[in-house]
Amino acid sequence: MIIKYTLPARLLHWLVALGIIAAFALGLTTDSMEGFSLQKLKLINYHKWLGITVLGLVAIRLLWRLSHRPPELPAQMQPWEKQVAHYTHMLLYVLMFAVPLGGWLYSSAKGFPVVWLGLVELPNLMDKNEELAGTIKFMHKIGAWTLVLLAVAHAAAALKHHFIQKDDVLKRML
Amino acid sequence: MRRTALFLSLLAAGTLGQAQAAPADPAKSSVKFVFTQMNVPVEGQFKKFAADIAFDTAKPDTGKVNIAVDLAATDAGSSDANQAVQMKEWFNTGSYPKATFSASQFKPLGGGKFSATGQFSVKGKTANLTVPFTVKPDAKGSWYEGSFPLSRLAWKIGEGEWSDVGAVADAVQVKFKLYVAK
Ligand code: HEM
Repeated sequence: MIIKYTLPARLLHWLVALGIIAAFALGLTTDSMEGFSLQKLKLINYHKWLGITVLGLVAIRLLWRLSHRPPELPAQMQPWEKQVAHYTHMLLYVLMFAVPLGGWLYSSAKGFPVVWLGLVELPNLMDKNEELAGTIKFMHKIGAWTLVLLAVAHAAAALKHHFIQKDDVLKRML
Repeated sequence: MRRTALFLSLLAAGTLGQAQAAPADPAKSSVKFVFTQMNVPVEGQFKKFAADIAFDTAKPDTGKVNIAVDLAATDAGSSDANQAVQMKEWFNTGSYPKATFSASQFKPLGGGKFSATGQFSVKGKTANLTVPFTVKPDAKGSWYEGSFPLSRLAWKIGEGEWSDVGAVADAVQVKFKLYVAK
């Protein structure tokens, strides 16, 4: 009998994963679009809405995680392997907050408020500042790439557990 | 065009005993606007304009106002948008570099408030426009301030795909603050 993560933890895990992939793809798409068009304007706004949704889900996820202990890692794992897994997960949480918050900060720096789903106007995180905006965008980009590459490594580790170690690490998140 | 208007207003001032038309101080004056893009309010500014104002609160019906905005110097909120706004679909500044407003009908609305009715012209279209404003004198001059919604579609600002009011709302709030020294 496998001891799985709780259902909310599993749901949030996959929703956030999907959200990050989609937001990343949208971000790369709008960034490669030249000039200014209606299409670009819409995609940037969808990207912002999606990113804020991810931020909200991550906040709920963290609260859930702090109040629900995940199942123990397999006993046959080396202590250093458990450490690596632990720190990767911590860093993923940090980036899952930092990347969308950085996007929100960038939007504020450019003088564009965030109106989630076109309905809820969020406060600006800073005053308009064109000089800083470029730096913040660069950090948003580096953060997003780090998050996605780390998530890929994280997924590779899960697959290694499943197909090579043949343990329950992947199954308990399904 | 503006020269003639100014000339005419000076002529009128001379013959009818009107207040002398005086230019607004560009350092203290501003013409800003807020447009709504996918429900997101974005602030912009017309950075270059000339305003000549002759207005006496005691004799509003003798007033005259001429404003000319240099549309090429529009800050529409971002560098992308600043370029876009010059294009055919928006201001088409290549063919229509200026927006002008010249009013000579004034009505007191009470409480230091007035309305100016005149011809507003942008992108080759001229039509009547009424603009509310307040006058606040200080020791060295007067502040003329007001804010009003302008329908961008009525003047074809944002054509083609940009006529979609879901993407950019029709109403653009224009906010002006003009200072004329005595
Ligand atoms: C899961 C969260 C997010 C991820 C993975 C993500 C990823 C990205 C990526 C990869 C880019 C392209 C950067 C570049 O190549 O220069 C980008 C751009 C951008 N992001 Fe995000 N982002 C997220 C959340 C947000 C949020 C919450 C906002 C704002 C509320 C935001 C606002 C922006 C903006 C305005 C751009 C620039 C778009 C452009 O000018 O084309 N992002 N994002």
